[in-house]
Amino acid sequence: MRAAVLALQGAFAEHERILEDMGVEYMEIRQEKDAYQDFDALILPGGESTAMGKLLRDYHLLHILKEKIEKGLPVLGTCAGLILLAKQLTDGTPHLATMPVTVKRNAYGRQLGSFVTEADMKGIGRTKMVFIRAPYIVEAGEGTEVLAQVDGRIVAVRYKKQIGLSFHPELTDCRHIYEMLFHI
Amino acid sequence: MKERYELNKQLAQMLKGGVIMDVTNPEQAKIAQEAGACAVMALEKIPADIRAAGGVARMSDPKMIRGIQEAVSIPVMAKCRIGHFAEAQILEAIEIDYIDESEVLSPADDVYHINKEKFRVPFVCGAKDLGEALRRIAEGASMIRTKGEPGTGDVVQAVRHMRKINGQMAKIAAMRKDELYQAAKELGAPYNLVLYVHENQKLPVVNFAAGGIATPADAALMMQLGAEGVFVGSGIFKSGNPEKRAAAIVKAVTNYKDAAMLAKLSEDLGEAMVGINEAEIELLMAERGK
Repeated sequence: MRAAVLALQGAFAEHERILEDMGVEYMEIRQEKDAYQDFDALILPGGESTAMGKLLRDYHLLHILKEKIEKGLPVLGTCAGLILLAKQLTDGTPHLATMPVTVKRNAYGRQLGSFVTEADMKGIGRTKMVFIRAPYIVEAGEGTEVLAQVDGRIVAVRYKKQIGLSFHPELTDCRHIYEMLFHI
Repeated sequence: MKERYELNKQLAQMLKGGVIMDVTNPEQAKIAQEAGACAVMALEKIPADIRAAGGVARMSDPKMIRGIQEAVSIPVMAKCRIGHFAEAQILEAIEIDYIDESEVLSPADDVYHINKEKFRVPFVCGAKDLGEALRRIAEGASMIRTKGEPGTGDVVQAVRHMRKINGQMAKIAAMRKDELYQAAKELGAPYNLVLYVHENQKLPVVNFAAGGIATPADAALMMQLGAEGVFVGSGIFKSGNPEKRAAAIVKAVTNYKDAAMLAKLSEDLGEAMVGINEAEIELLMAERGK
């Protein structure tokens, strides 16, 4: 098992620390040549989706990663990572567009709207969830499975081998979610 | 409030590996966002112009800041004067994402910084050394940046501060635990934060480089020295080709160890900001606030 972490911008080091603690080998994707290496799962971290989206294009990573995901590479997208996966955004241009969901960016407003809560997550149970200038899923399309909702809003989904979360498991050391990714 | 402080530190974690750019209007904010900035700092005048204009520099017009908030989807930061908690209250009221209690503006209080624990919005503060960084964190700052000389295009001070903070942290980490009380006294910092540094050899918050960063090479230098991201102030919109330079600095921060890529990024950027050397300036802004 070897995981790849998209390390263009954002909280990628937090994901890497958890992988280290779990004893999972990992590599970073910072430019085109990295994406051609072999890896068994991909993590798209939190950060700024516009910044990551631009760098994905400039480094010619967009199509390589999109193709790998569409061919069945397991992927976990957290916060900005979920935005990267979405086929549709309520405002703005989609990026990898591999998951049939519509995502609203900054859906809870600015930093004053950031919050922590607990909710049930399918297959895991009660889970602490940290939302930072977070998006949520407005519409989950065919073939998606809703994994968690907070206040009636979808905050976690699975579609084939793709998991998309509005919140940050890397900030709460929620290993169950990583295990879900590795055993998908 | 503890939960709020955690969330505020975590927002800074999301900015890591990114570039925060000074902008003075919505057009510049859009250019910054399109170039890949992870946040923008909204201010009426960039530091180089504040320095040139002289006089008292204050918080920007909230209307101008709101215009920038409406123009971009990335976080928007704004500066208040050191110790000016009323300016900070105003920035909180317009739901700013981060307040920079900044030495770039004229200090409003020459003794006290803002009690940042009273606010729900996060603060970033400058620091020249470890003691200063830990004092700001004790007051409630959830992000630290070096206090490089703003508006000069001279990176020497940011380098000095980053090296100093990292050197002091290494020293604290190497100490015996019973020596930390004296170290805390010498640093002028709370013992619990000194203990954190001893155990983790890092600050309990994210640390960015700021001040005098003007080129992709400057950004790469600061990242290699241990910065977790960079602020670029006058360096972008005081240069010949802001779009290209902004995008190049963003990429330099992502691939700061790849010299071949840095060489390409440094090509044909047009004129860099002229800059002034540290020794040529009369006002050292870094000396504001201790």
